[in-house]
Amino acid sequence: MKNQPTETTLANGLKVFLKEIHTAPIISSWLWYRVGSRDEVQGKTGISHWVEHMQFKGTPQFPANLLDKAISHEGGAWNAMTYLDWTAYFETMPADKIDLGLRLEADRMLNSQFDPSEVASERTVIISEREGGENEPLFMLGEAVQQTAFRVHPYHHEVIGDMADLRTMTRDDLYNHYRQFYVPNNAVMAIAGDFETGKMLARIRELFESIPSGKEPARVARPELPQNGEVRLSVEGPGSTSYVQACYHFPAASHPDFFPLSVLDSLLAGPSNLNMFSGGISNKTSRLYRALVDKELAVSVHGGAQATIDPFLYGITMTIHPKRKPEEALAVLDKEIKRAQEEKVSKEEITRAIKQARALFAYGSENITNQACWMGYAEMFAKYDWFQTYLEKLAKVTAKDVQRVANEYFKPQSRVVGTYIPLSGRVK
Amino acid sequence: MTTNNSALPGPNDIARDVLPNGITILTRSNFNSPSVVIGGFFGAGSLFDPDAKLGLADFVASALMRGTKTRTFDTIYNELESAGASLGFSSGVHKSGFNGRSLAEDLPLLLNLLAGSLITPTFPRAEMEKLRTQLLTGLAIRAQDTSDMASMVFDEILFKDHPYSRAEDGHPETVKKITQGDLVKFHREHFSPHGMVIAIVGAVKAEEAVRQVKRALGGWQVTGQKEALALPPLKPMKKTVRRHHQIAGKSQSDLVIGMAGPMRKDPDFFPASLGNNILGQFGLMGRIGDVVREKAGLAYYAGSSLSAGMGPGSWEVNAGVNPSNVNKAAELIVSELKRFVEDGVTADELADSQTNYIGRLPLSLESNGGVVGALLNIERHNLGLDYYLRYADLVRHVTRENVLGAARRFIDTEKLAIAVAGA
Repeated sequence: MKNQPTETTLANGLKVFLKEIHTAPIISSWLWYRVGSRDEVQGKTGISHWVEHMQFKGTPQFPANLLDKAISHEGGAWNAMTYLDWTAYFETMPADKIDLGLRLEADRMLNSQFDPSEVASERTVIISEREGGENEPLFMLGEAVQQTAFRVHPYHHEVIGDMADLRTMTRDDLYNHYRQFYVPNNAVMAIAGDFETGKMLARIRELFESIPSGKEPARVARPELPQNGEVRLSVEGPGSTSYVQACYHFPAASHPDFFPLSVLDSLLAGPSNLNMFSGGISNKTSRLYRALVDKELAVSVHGGAQATIDPFLYGITMTIHPKRKPEEALAVLDKEIKRAQEEKVSKEEITRAIKQARALFAYGSENITNQACWMGYAEMFAKYDWFQTYLEKLAKVTAKDVQRVANEYFKPQSRVVGTYIPLSGRVK
Repeated sequence: MTTNNSALPGPNDIARDVLPNGITILTRSNFNSPSVVIGGFFGAGSLFDPDAKLGLADFVASALMRGTKTRTFDTIYNELESAGASLGFSSGVHKSGFNGRSLAEDLPLLLNLLAGSLITPTFPRAEMEKLRTQLLTGLAIRAQDTSDMASMVFDEILFKDHPYSRAEDGHPETVKKITQGDLVKFHREHFSPHGMVIAIVGAVKAEEAVRQVKRALGGWQVTGQKEALALPPLKPMKKTVRRHHQIAGKSQSDLVIGMAGPMRKDPDFFPASLGNNILGQFGLMGRIGDVVREKAGLAYYAGSSLSAGMGPGSWEVNAGVNPSNVNKAAELIVSELKRFVEDGVTADELADSQTNYIGRLPLSLESNGGVVGALLNIERHNLGLDYYLRYADLVRHVTRENVLGAARRFIDTEKLAIAVAGA
């Protein structure tokens, strides 16, 4: 068994990671493209996600009605996801069937058709997906907070896109976006499971190396300026439950401060689970739970950071206790933030955060799909080394670091606070 | 196709032990990652809830970790979270259950916390009131959730006058009536090692896992438990019943259309399950997904599911659609059900679903959590330790005629339960 992955780049720029894991007759193959809502301009918001949907609509070799059955027929699991910085496609299949997944990905890197009638029916599917999101108070609140936190940077909008753009984007807009970003030199392939590296690499070369490389995609270069002053907003909607979301500007995942901030996140709100395929742990002894939920200002509190290319947000979401006002919970949150800024955390608290991270890593490594995922995922915002040395970097964090980042990033003047006001009656 | 049976759990690598107090322990080692997952179930489901206090079993399950004889709420979670471990309880209709995970080195801790929560919960009054508010908030959020409410209304129609019609998490008026005394009494009458099953999968040897369970739970003895009540028969529907549950201000409605389905031990379970795969799962949600999502573009999700357990099951089609498209989607779904009952499935469709079922089995068992689920499934339905080794044959054995027979037995498009929740 090889624990260290093999890393190589094909002549056309496609980066490939291969990791042999012989614990089950399964292979998980991921293809990551460096394209997401970060690459979208107004008028075309949601285009990356829509292109992802169109990648399931067929090529001449794998027409739509064949495509969606081919993988299922072989007992495979497959899906795709679009995020701020990336779009990813995966197939996890019985080891002797993975070739189908590889052929399919090689084919749709270049040959997807974007048939106008498929574009038309997918438009209403995506609008329906957005309408499902709009049913949720936290989607509406999150969208309002995010668009307030980013005036200039394309992190401004939700990945799903604005309804106005979903109604007006054309087939050619979608196809051009596809051709611009779906080139091998803008992609990372990551495969883990029951195979021999030499043979797998030869097959990948056979399938992918002839795909011509493209022009390096141009990026939207509109860095967000520092926020000078707290912004508060409210969203009204149905229901009887209030929510508050406080978001702070956070550094990029590749920034050294990301690691002391991860420790601080563990202490404040319980550890964020960055694994996509295994659950996290509860947060009932985090500082915010004790201060807010135990003391009955909120009925739940969650915090989380995202690993992104450009600076994004750390969000704390509170479901407000039915007998309390949002501002009362916010005042307690502020007190806890102030405490982290003024008092050094104990060595024990840091050790605890590291142990929690170690456990979450172990849970993630149970699963071949998750291990394959990480090789490409880490490359999307940093390098695979970021993942491999994550625990070491956490272990180096000191109490002084935690206090410094608490002061630097949790400033009230650089946050956005959103309140969801339910229209069905609340404590006045 | 070839199936590598070495990856599937079977009698050679599942250890099954029964303790003198009635706890069955199933274990399977996996040293590929230094972690363990536990899961299990025991009596004490919501079947025992009085109507006026519906949600009691759920309240008890949620309250078990709020304090025990030797630990406070904060102590329990401090020990658990400091180890990066997790543990939780939940209730179902027949059984309540638990699941947890930790690094292998912390399995003794996990089992101690499990034992304390099961055997000596104290239901501290202050914690109960905090929890009650959290549960009531959960119900307020449920009342705004189109998917939850459509499912609830569907169960009320399909299982009319049957205990399965009841919402396991109760209603605000019933949860408000539950007292601390009710929790203590429920625990006393319905919690017992007898019939309890625990599965442990991960980086621990079977004998060591059994030794640890014995140490934590082997001494648990209780007497005077109430027997589970016999389920009344389900009254068949006489005609299609459709109900719309209004939730103002929602941009999407949820639609559930369905009927009763087989119990898990019914010989029609496999034919119905493979038929359902063709109807609303295979590929991008089967025939239903093809018609409602791919062709008509009406929904982001549309598919069907079969829920088969210890009592009468349900077989339902779900879709999330714009309020103006509810009728159109419902018509398309009913016409697909008609086609399914009249024409059955094609040989190709059945072969596709059979290879899909057989091929995906190792995938569902690639994580410790997946194997825990599989072991509990074996024990709950008495399927035999070799069930997953026999699984491919059970699937291949199903014919087109079997599928058509199951479809005609369960689906009558003149007698459907149709629930809609939304604007």
